[in-house]
Amino acid sequence: MIRSISNPHMPRLTLLAIMLLTAAGPLAAAPRPPSQVTVTDLPNDDGTGLVIRWNLSPDDTPDAKPRIIGQYNIERKDNDDANAEFELIGEANLGEASLEDKECERGVEYLYRVIAVGLDKSQSEPTVAGKAAAGQLQWIDGSRLWFGVIGLVVCGAVVVFIQIAKSGRELKIRKIAGLEAVDEAVGRATEMGRSVLFIPGILDINDMQTVSGITVLSRVAGLAAEYGAQLDVPTSRSLVMTTARETVQAAYLQAGRPDAYNEDSIYYLTDEQFGYVAAVTGTMVREKPAACFYMGAFFAESLILAETGNSIGAIQVAGTAMPSQLPFFVAACDYTLIGEEFFAASAYLSGEKHQLGSLKGQDLGKLVAVGLMVIGCLLATLAGFSEPDGALSSVVSYLKDHVLGDGGLLL
Amino acid sequence: MKRTIPLLIAAATGFMLILSEFIPLTQSWGRKVMIWFDILAAFAFVLGGANLLKIHLQKISNRRVGWGYSVITVVAFTITMVIGLGKFGVTPSEAFPDFAWSGDYLQEGSGFDWMYQHIYLPLASTMFALLAFYIASAAFRAFRAKNTEAIILLTTAFIVLLGRTYAGIWLTAEPLAWLGQNLFGDAQALAMFRLDVIVDNIMSIFNMAGNRAIMIGIALGIVALSLKVLLGVDRSYLGSEE
Amino acid sequence: MGNFFTNLDRRWIFLGMAVVVAIPMLQGLSFPEEPSEMVRDVFKAVDELPDGSNILMAYDYDPATKGELEPMAATFTRHCAKKKHKLYFITLWPAAVPMLRQNIDILENEFGNDYTYGENYVNLGFRPGSEGVIKVVVTDLKDLFANDVNGEALQDIPMTRNIKNIQQMDLIVNVSAGTPGAKEWVQYAASKYQIKMVAGVTGVGAPALYPYVPNQLTGLLGAIKAAAEYEQAVSEAYPEFNDNPATKEALRRMGPQLIAHLYIVALIILGNVIHFTEKKRGVPR
Repeated sequence: MIRSISNPHMPRLTLLAIMLLTAAGPLAAAPRPPSQVTVTDLPNDDGTGLVIRWNLSPDDTPDAKPRIIGQYNIERKDNDDANAEFELIGEANLGEASLEDKECERGVEYLYRVIAVGLDKSQSEPTVAGKAAAGQLQWIDGSRLWFGVIGLVVCGAVVVFIQIAKSGRELKIRKIAGLEAVDEAVGRATEMGRSVLFIPGILDINDMQTVSGITVLSRVAGLAAEYGAQLDVPTSRSLVMTTARETVQAAYLQAGRPDAYNEDSIYYLTDEQFGYVAAVTGTMVREKPAACFYMGAFFAESLILAETGNSIGAIQVAGTAMPSQLPFFVAACDYTLIGEEFFAASAYLSGEKHQLGSLKGQDLGKLVAVGLMVIGCLLATLAGFSEPDGALSSVVSYLKDHVLGDGGLLL
Repeated sequence: MKRTIPLLIAAATGFMLILSEFIPLTQSWGRKVMIWFDILAAFAFVLGGANLLKIHLQKISNRRVGWGYSVITVVAFTITMVIGLGKFGVTPSEAFPDFAWSGDYLQEGSGFDWMYQHIYLPLASTMFALLAFYIASAAFRAFRAKNTEAIILLTTAFIVLLGRTYAGIWLTAEPLAWLGQNLFGDAQALAMFRLDVIVDNIMSIFNMAGNRAIMIGIALGIVALSLKVLLGVDRSYLGSEE
Repeated sequence: MGNFFTNLDRRWIFLGMAVVVAIPMLQGLSFPEEPSEMVRDVFKAVDELPDGSNILMAYDYDPATKGELEPMAATFTRHCAKKKHKLYFITLWPAAVPMLRQNIDILENEFGNDYTYGENYVNLGFRPGSEGVIKVVVTDLKDLFANDVNGEALQDIPMTRNIKNIQQMDLIVNVSAGTPGAKEWVQYAASKYQIKMVAGVTGVGAPALYPYVPNQLTGLLGAIKAAAEYEQAVSEAYPEFNDNPATKEALRRMGPQLIAHLYIVALIILGNVIHFTEKKRGVPR
């Protein structure tokens, strides 16, 4: 016999509960929280960085279908401020177990907590770090140690060889055809009664190629002053124009021809790349300079300049450190200074011993680079045949990560 | 004295910025200095613009050869500056509707935008398109088989020119697939000899190796020149003492 | 006849080039493209991201290089829009501002129903400073970009409100014509902060970036051919694009490119024939 239900409302309540459950669908369970949140100082910084690490939520597995975790929210508060509340400072994707907070104030202790957030935006219980932490200031960035070492070796070599050269020792420098031809080019322009065109590139004075171009301009201007040739220097930047004017004026003064200097021969055209080259090529076709020097940073306009110079029969000497433009100059110019030859130009043309010494220092730097490459390739090849956790693999990893990688030369 | 002070400034600033890269507290100094340089360069615009006007106005007044081009330069310069600075045709920004000049000077439909679309854009594209013509004349003149290196260059040029287009695939894909199928039973056996694959290998192995070698040399050249400039060994860019 | 070719006026060469490019262009000649491995990597980098990912669209090119780079930029925009990614347009080149606008026009005209400004895409515009801009935005975007191009505060725009810096981007898509460009984005953002990145560059710029592939750059599109291959890959994956002729810009340019390359090959052969003929005759040059 079925006993009657004591609560007269029970059937309705039961029905209501069933309706609520079915209407809501499957219950949205919040994800399980991450665990073991630890906070440590971010190394090699100015004390404004902390690293927050945690163990992933148990629901954060690559095989979870459907996926539960969407991301992790990382929050912090000022531990010394009693009224402070946790605020969101960053998010990490699923599978990520750390975050760097680089927005800290030096010396201030922060307390962090990590919350797992589901795809449906439901949040786990926050997991608070065991203790608060403050960023520590490091005076030296240790991660750039190898960068400093290699820089010192190369710079040291340059300085040492400059001193050796100053002591009077003869240094053997190979002939660079393009630089040997500078004299010939300016002389040719003088004989033909035509001008010398010098283009110091299209970048501003803060680029080393432009500085190198200006130093070559100094030598070319000196020759032009000596031979009495007309020199034209159209520039693409105002600061380059002012620097070039000072340089050319000094060269004319040194050559004993200050009266021949005309500041209007060094003039500004436009910053715009193709506007500049249109103006220069127009000038070339009308004025027909006998010698054209392209010394500096160039981009797509290099071929237009070189081909126009070729069409007017000018002798052309180019020098640039833009690898993508070198083929165009090589194809269209009489002489091309490739990469480091261009930076050596000023030293080479001056003939001064201490400047030539710097070229030797450059060569030593190259030897160091070649040595590192050969050793590195050899080690990497041998490591490929050895155990993955062996000594060779560790050495190769150290070279890649600390000497050449993010912690070393790759800043 | 005229050269000594700039030399000292260059040396002090240069070495300080090099050292600052190693000290976390000062690592942002390099970025700040770049911003100062941008401000300096912006002031220098005025200098350059004034010089441009001076040179061309002189040329016009003296009726020197080519003064007609100077007229065009001065007129274009003035019109562009007036329309740009005056924001002709620019409606106020939605965020600041009460301020007539709050709109962006490059706003769609503005006078400056019209000049950009109808004058600057076609001219810049035309200048860039000239490269196609010049490369043809350079190729005709310069790619001669004068010695072994030139022959290697020629052959590489042929391979890359053909491999970078459908011609490379048409010439080699099917014949090599047929050969591979008949000789080795695998149509992909000889795929490495397809022109487009050879081009990829040339670009990613030989070309890249050459590029890297040149870039290493360039980096060392920059270091050496920078050091000479900072130490005052090379002062040719500084001008005269007087 | 021999003398004609020996002393060939370069204007005949220019005329020949104009003819060999114009005729295929007018005829609409085009060829099928097979995406290379590098192009497939670029495609996968965009396609395999979860829908709605944050993408930084760094477009650094100008009208001069528009012919070569606009097709790949437009394809990137369409591909990302198809995946409903959140797009943050930015540029380091002042002349690229209208280029950004043209890509936004694509979103408005072709994806207008699904894409809303401020929720799905935002135009941050240009800031001066070259690589200095990158160095700032990797740590604090709003330090330099307080407003978008319309003057609206980033704080008030839904999709930028919670963006602190570009480290929150799932991918950087950079189309660049020179400096500042792909190299700077790799050096100061992608490599340093482990942000995934793909790039599209001009033909001459590609060799300099090969060393970065695949560690720092997931993939690279070099020159108009790679753009055509990418268009092919996208239209194979999303056939609905085939109805839109604007999605075949790069493919359309491959026809004239092929004929022009064959013309240059012919010129080189002709030049060498002249060279050897003269050498045989003992003619001094």
